[in-house]
Amino acid sequence: MNNRVDMDNQTDMNQLTEVTKTASFMNNNKSDRQIKRKRADRRFHWYGFTAIAMALAFLVFFFVDIIGQALPAFDQTEVHVTVNYTKAATKNYNKAVDKSVRRIVSRAWLRSIPQYLEAHPEMIGTSHDEWVPADSRVDQFIKEHDGHGLKSKYQRTVKEMQQENRVRSVFNTTLFTRGDSKLPEYAGIWAAAVGSVFTLLITMLVAVPIGVMTAIYLEEFAADNRFTRLIEVNINNLAAIPSILYGLLGLAIFISFFGVPRSSALAGGLTLALMTLPVIIITTRASLRAVPESIREAAYGLGASNLQTTWHHVLPLAMPGILTGSIIGLAQAMGETAPLIIVGMMAYIPDAPTSILDATTVLPAQVYTWSTESLRGYSERTAAGILVLLTVLLSLNALAVKLRNRAQQTW
Amino acid sequence: MKKIILATATLLIAAHAVEAREQIKIVGSSTVYPFSSYTAEALGATTDFKTPVVESTGSGGGMKLFCAGNGMDTPDMTNASRRMKAKEFKKCQKNGVKYITEMVVGYDGIAIAQSKGAQPLNLTRKEMMLAVAAEVPNKEGTALIANPYHYWNEISETLPKRKITIYGPPASSGTRDAFEDMILKGITKKMPVYTDLYKADKVKNKKYKKFHNIRQDGVYVPSGENDNLIVKKLAKDTASLGIFGYSYLVENSDSIAAATIEGVAPSPEAVQNGSYKLSRSLYFYIKQSHIKKVPGMLEYANLFLSEQMVGDDGECADIGLIPLPEAMRDHYRDNLKNLTRMKPSDLKQKH
Repeated sequence: MNNRVDMDNQTDMNQLTEVTKTASFMNNNKSDRQIKRKRADRRFHWYGFTAIAMALAFLVFFFVDIIGQALPAFDQTEVHVTVNYTKAATKNYNKAVDKSVRRIVSRAWLRSIPQYLEAHPEMIGTSHDEWVPADSRVDQFIKEHDGHGLKSKYQRTVKEMQQENRVRSVFNTTLFTRGDSKLPEYAGIWAAAVGSVFTLLITMLVAVPIGVMTAIYLEEFAADNRFTRLIEVNINNLAAIPSILYGLLGLAIFISFFGVPRSSALAGGLTLALMTLPVIIITTRASLRAVPESIREAAYGLGASNLQTTWHHVLPLAMPGILTGSIIGLAQAMGETAPLIIVGMMAYIPDAPTSILDATTVLPAQVYTWSTESLRGYSERTAAGILVLLTVLLSLNALAVKLRNRAQQTW
Repeated sequence: MKKIILATATLLIAAHAVEAREQIKIVGSSTVYPFSSYTAEALGATTDFKTPVVESTGSGGGMKLFCAGNGMDTPDMTNASRRMKAKEFKKCQKNGVKYITEMVVGYDGIAIAQSKGAQPLNLTRKEMMLAVAAEVPNKEGTALIANPYHYWNEISETLPKRKITIYGPPASSGTRDAFEDMILKGITKKMPVYTDLYKADKVKNKKYKKFHNIRQDGVYVPSGENDNLIVKKLAKDTASLGIFGYSYLVENSDSIAAATIEGVAPSPEAVQNGSYKLSRSLYFYIKQSHIKKVPGMLEYANLFLSEQMVGDDGECADIGLIPLPEAMRDHYRDNLKNLTRMKPSDLKQKH
């Protein structure tokens, strides 16, 4: 490309020499300006290119970093030990394994033994060689991460076990099947994911109908007067206020006034619905406005009522746009944490909710909670949580883009 | 759509009617949170009770929620890294939270340590504050200036001429919170040179109410969560100091030694009798009116006070709690058994 520009300059120069023979000072100056203009043009081109290159570089760096950090979380170390299902183990679970490996195996697994034996009394008195999850410190030591925190006497035991092939690495299913835990090897995103689904369902059920109806009213029915213009300005402003304010609003209205249980999916969902409403209203109005007036007039001309025109003609045509807007609004709500801190969803809640009144946490809140934990095992789980959240958000946005493409109509 | 709106409305009304709850709700101090949530998980994992919900709201925030009333939407217990204040107790009484049982689970302490080879050092909390605060009073004590100190003897003539280098915990950790609370906030909130600024403009100078900004000119080195690394640095640079959770000092007593604080070296006894100033008791409070309505509250409290959790070799000690002396543990277990009610006069006694 540079070559071409140079060539252009060359021709300019040639012209310049020819022209100067006969022409005045004015013409000479114009060619100078032309050169300057072309240079500015090229510079502008490069500014744009650098900007996009930088944005891409950040994105690539972010993804490489997150994926690099997250990958180890998908592996979990297991150790092969002899488990003695003795009578004593039903009372004191520490008795189930030999003292030398008591701190090597996961304590979360160990303390589940009494309950397991209660459910399977036939196992009492037997002893098995089993692969069991290792303690997170052992896991980090095997993965050779700095700050694994494993004491040197246990390091020796683990090395010996490694030589005897009693250590292996398996896919970490726990990460996807369990809730939060104070022991990294048992911590997972399941409970938070269920909580996110519950919360988002509430948000959707509340924000989409109200938002769409508001937009239809404002666009199709309301008279254009000072009052509706005031509402319009306010909605546009609401879309831009910091999300944490919605949290305070949610706390005051839903929890303090209506008595919705703190930390519940209902409280969180309603709060996020408040936040999503303006986005949905604005996008719905835009897509309603994009439906040509001629379609409405044709419907009226055939004797359709207001309701019939809107319901049978305008709304179906605007639907893809409305869906796109709603999905983007919901995706934003899904990644939101700030308002949820205020309504108490940022807490230690390891069980998945069974109803919308149960205390629950959501994915971004779970990611945040893990990021503040000091044990090394949590940092890779934080990255894995971010990765899962990103995947969900990207698929939601891809869905929105697909709907928009399908909907692109020429009138 | 009508159905959806109706359903939402019914849900809202239903939410009103929640009376009994299956799940314990605990709020309060972020310092007690790791131990509290650990116990909560253990209760959920080893019994049929649902795992209690533990929310970290800070001691003050927890008290506010706890004392809001007896309704089932208020928490059942609150954790605190300090004792309930008389003012808070009064508020509880006013709102009908009459019967409260107070529990102490253990201590939280920090140690200022140096390499074993270094000269013994004795510091006061104020000297420590002057070494790490971002802004300190000038020589006349009339105004605040950016921290000028680079050698200990500049702070006080009784201290040796040693370069100030302090390896400490980063902003996110509990040890840092404890350090800021006990050294910075504890001292600066009593120094008029800071608080006068706050009183002059409560909005703009909010940070001077309890000033706890740490200097960022390289003298205080935030050193990640990897305490092992700090130990190595202390061995190399014997003039430097490190800030650790107390339990870490005990485990590494072969390579590091503690500086004495106001003449007292950290030891379980000094922590437990209160003469070592960089430690504090960790509390939780039980709302008695909820015990019959929420299953598992006493089981949770019993588990938290059990030897398995807060004993000398307990699981909470593993994650940094300093155990109570045995007699005290028994004392609080008795309190729990009898559900001893807190009296206003209790709050005047010192622990």
